[in-house]
Amino acid sequence: MVLVLALGDLHIPHRAPDLPAKFKSMLVPGKIQHIICTGNLSIKEVHDYLKTLCPDLHITRGEYDEDTRYPETKTLTIGQFKLGLCHGHQVIPWGDLDSLAMLQRQLDVDILVTGHTHQFTAYKHEGGVVINPGSATGAHSSITYDVNPSFVLMDIDGLRVVVYVYELIDGEVKVDKIDFKKTASIHTAH
Amino acid sequence: MIVADGIDDEEKWLAEGIAGVQHHAFFMHRALDDNNLRDALKYSSLMLSELRTSRLSPHKYYELYMRAFDELRRLELFFKDESRHGVSIFDLYELVQHAGNVLPRLYLLCTVGSVYLRCKDAPVKDVLKDLVEMCRAVQHPIRGLFLRSYLAQISKDKLPDIGSEYDGEGDSGNVMDAVEFILQNFMEMNKLWVRLQHQGPGRIRDKREKERNELRDLVGKNLHILSQIEGVDLEMYKDTVLPSVLEQVVNCKDELAQFYLMECIIQVFPDEYHLQTLETLLGAYPQLQSTVDIKTILSQLMDRLSNYAASNAEVLPEFLQVEAFTKLSTAIGRVIEAQADIPIVGAISLHVSLLTFTLRVHPDRLDYVDQVLGSCVKKLSGKPKLDNRATKQVVALLSAPLDKYNDIVTALRLSNYPRVMDHLDNQTNKVMAMLIIQSIMKNNTLISTADKVEVLFELIKGLITDLDATTVDEVDEEDFSEEQNSVARLIHMLHNNDPEEMFKIICSVKKHIMRGGPRRLPFTVPSLIFSALRLVRQLQGQDGDVVGEEVPTTPKKIFQLLNEIIEALSSVSSPELALRLYLQCAEAANDCDLEPVAYEFFTEAFVLYEEEIADSKAQVTAIHLIIGTLQRMNVFGVENRDTLTHKATGYSAKLLKKPDQCRAVYACSHLFWVDDQDGIKDGERVLLCLKRALRIANAAQQMANVARGSSGPVTLFVEILNKYIYYFEKGNPQITSATIQGLIELITTEIQGDSTSALPTSDPFFTSTLRYIQFQKQKGGILGEKYESIKV
Repeated sequence: MVLVLALGDLHIPHRAPDLPAKFKSMLVPGKIQHIICTGNLSIKEVHDYLKTLCPDLHITRGEYDEDTRYPETKTLTIGQFKLGLCHGHQVIPWGDLDSLAMLQRQLDVDILVTGHTHQFTAYKHEGGVVINPGSATGAHSSITYDVNPSFVLMDIDGLRVVVYVYELIDGEVKVDKIDFKKTASIHTAH
Repeated sequence: MIVADGIDDEEKWLAEGIAGVQHHAFFMHRALDDNNLRDALKYSSLMLSELRTSRLSPHKYYELYMRAFDELRRLELFFKDESRHGVSIFDLYELVQHAGNVLPRLYLLCTVGSVYLRCKDAPVKDVLKDLVEMCRAVQHPIRGLFLRSYLAQISKDKLPDIGSEYDGEGDSGNVMDAVEFILQNFMEMNKLWVRLQHQGPGRIRDKREKERNELRDLVGKNLHILSQIEGVDLEMYKDTVLPSVLEQVVNCKDELAQFYLMECIIQVFPDEYHLQTLETLLGAYPQLQSTVDIKTILSQLMDRLSNYAASNAEVLPEFLQVEAFTKLSTAIGRVIEAQADIPIVGAISLHVSLLTFTLRVHPDRLDYVDQVLGSCVKKLSGKPKLDNRATKQVVALLSAPLDKYNDIVTALRLSNYPRVMDHLDNQTNKVMAMLIIQSIMKNNTLISTADKVEVLFELIKGLITDLDATTVDEVDEEDFSEEQNSVARLIHMLHNNDPEEMFKIICSVKKHIMRGGPRRLPFTVPSLIFSALRLVRQLQGQDGDVVGEEVPTTPKKIFQLLNEIIEALSSVSSPELALRLYLQCAEAANDCDLEPVAYEFFTEAFVLYEEEIADSKAQVTAIHLIIGTLQRMNVFGVENRDTLTHKATGYSAKLLKKPDQCRAVYACSHLFWVDDQDGIKDGERVLLCLKRALRIANAAQQMANVARGSSGPVTLFVEILNKYIYYFEKGNPQITSATIQGLIELITTEIQGDSTSALPTSDPFFTSTLRYIQFQKQKGGILGEKYESIKV
């Protein structure tokens, strides 16, 4: 069992002063094995904060990121799953599932995590999963109205991944759970 | 080496003294064992004669005294048991007075006195009076102080206190006698102590004062005993004890004694008494020697009173009743006035104590708090630069209200607050400004009016502009970023739900941050833009044009403001950031249905792209953002839209690297196909884009062939194939299964052409694309049917 924190589009300090206090108190060091962040942190202080939660930190570049060294895309393997990471402003139309599916094929991953729209989504697509953890600060977005702060915890266990979505709605943290099973056949085709 | 010799000599003298005490004590013990009163008196007398030495420093003398003291305990037990010596206590009291030397005689008298007091044969008050008077015979400071200390020690548990067994009925003595006895002993001791400074030659004055300081607790002990006396209630303290003690303190005119005793009074007596006698106590301060460190004493007093108030809410009315604040405030004013040369740090630390007191005792009296700050401003004005310690005190002064109220809004009401801040150097001013921002963040305080925002910006102005001509090199880059990011965070805390007030806040913030100069704007402008865009979003929800009603705050007005702000940013060499913000505004204008405004923002973005963004990587990101935003715009009429899409496609094809060109061009295809109900669907122009992308991919492949001798990966072709599949599924009539089939074959050839042994499956992207087609075929349905004719 491996816990992976997925989050992005914090836009600190451009669009939000900080992470919600309720999230901060939930995110404590030592519980999470990997962090994947889609980008738009946007400053070093936030990078350093995430690093304190978990040293294994993977970040791709958002269009507002101060650090220009983050890669445009990144792939990593956790357990039986291959994960792909990309901020998503490069994928036009923004947030379009069919276009993201193309990126998923390109990166050849089971789980694709992207951001940019500030809207939490999780789709099953051709045996794989496309996840957008939303904006961890509930940052203003031109794409999504009334953004609630949200992030995702993935519990990866064998061929199974449970996606927990934490959303801050009217000051209360709501948790939702989505279950995905990987069909072992995906990579044995041909 | 003289000093070292001196110390050696003292050790020797002390050793001799101790040997003498032990020697005579040995014979005294024998006499006690034999119940021989005569010998006991003789040897104890000899033993006590060792205390007549003048050669020991107070410290060493104390050691010797303690040896003798222990022996006297045994003697006292002997005296107490009349059956052992057969002499009545009265006779004994007379008898010991025959001892030859005055010092041994008085020690013996006190020892017998202790027994005499205990047996209550004579009125306690008479014995006490007699003893305290008799001790006058010793006027040598050190010897006298220890003798009287002995007297205090043996008598303290036999005072006629209220409720004690010595509280005599009738004339034997009451608490008043006890108090008088202690007071007299105290006064005599203090006189001896003060006189000690005149002993010995003037050149050893420093050493002498140090030694004298070591003896202070002997004197203070009396005050301690006074405080322990049950019968000393508030009234007696007020009427008798405090006036007598203060009189002695003031009259002794000795700096060391005055400082110590004033401290001692504050420490040993209850806070409640201090509160009720504040006027008397404070009244003594100006009468003290000018060299006495009154501010320390006063600070201690205020700290004690603050803690007292904090410990129990029930005592607060008393503070009000005695007007403690006014009295303390006046006292501080007088002290500062009287001691013209008081260092500034001292004056400020007094104010810190008074402020702490005020915040604890009168948290609701902001006027008091402001008054303290104001008086501090007065003290600070016209003073040169503050030193480090003074600066620290000023920071403490300014931090206190923040910590207390946990709410900057309260501090914003203090008119003297910014005036105190003005006296800080720039560096500290920034530190203080950061503390203020942190306080706001920590407590999640919203600053909700433009007026408060104005005051706040006045407080943190050190972060907002360059206060002096500090050159850029002197500023630590990391510190600067942290400060400016804090300001950026702060801007989100300046908020009001009422659009009118929010607009005012935005105008106020704009006014201030625009003065920040080229280095600050890139940090602060984005926050302001998004703050304003949130307001636009809010207004957008309300149907603005209510007939007959003036609507002063409109999205249009805000957009004008936004345009000015971003323009300022673009002129300070942050074109990439400015471009992104223009696009954000364009989309917001789109949502407000303001075509000309949106077009204006887009034009600005294009101008920046053309003129300012030179880096090829930056161009790639920028063009994708332009295409992505434009794809979402639906406000434009045909003409405007054509102009903008034409520009976007043109720039896409002009990127430096072929693969970047190719990707941007196929992304442009989405400008002609918006998958909404009434979105544009121009299949032909989509196809034109894709074909153009293919040509570029081909060109890229050929270039790779020439440059490296191999055509490299087929990624671009597979990407384009995926775009064909996308439009095929969306129902673009220009994209048929045959076109897709053709592309698949082209890619297969390319892969095999690159290396004959390679299988098409060697490219994972191509493989997963083919697998997707397979997946759709198997899934069936309308899409499945469409795919049927494609062979993979």
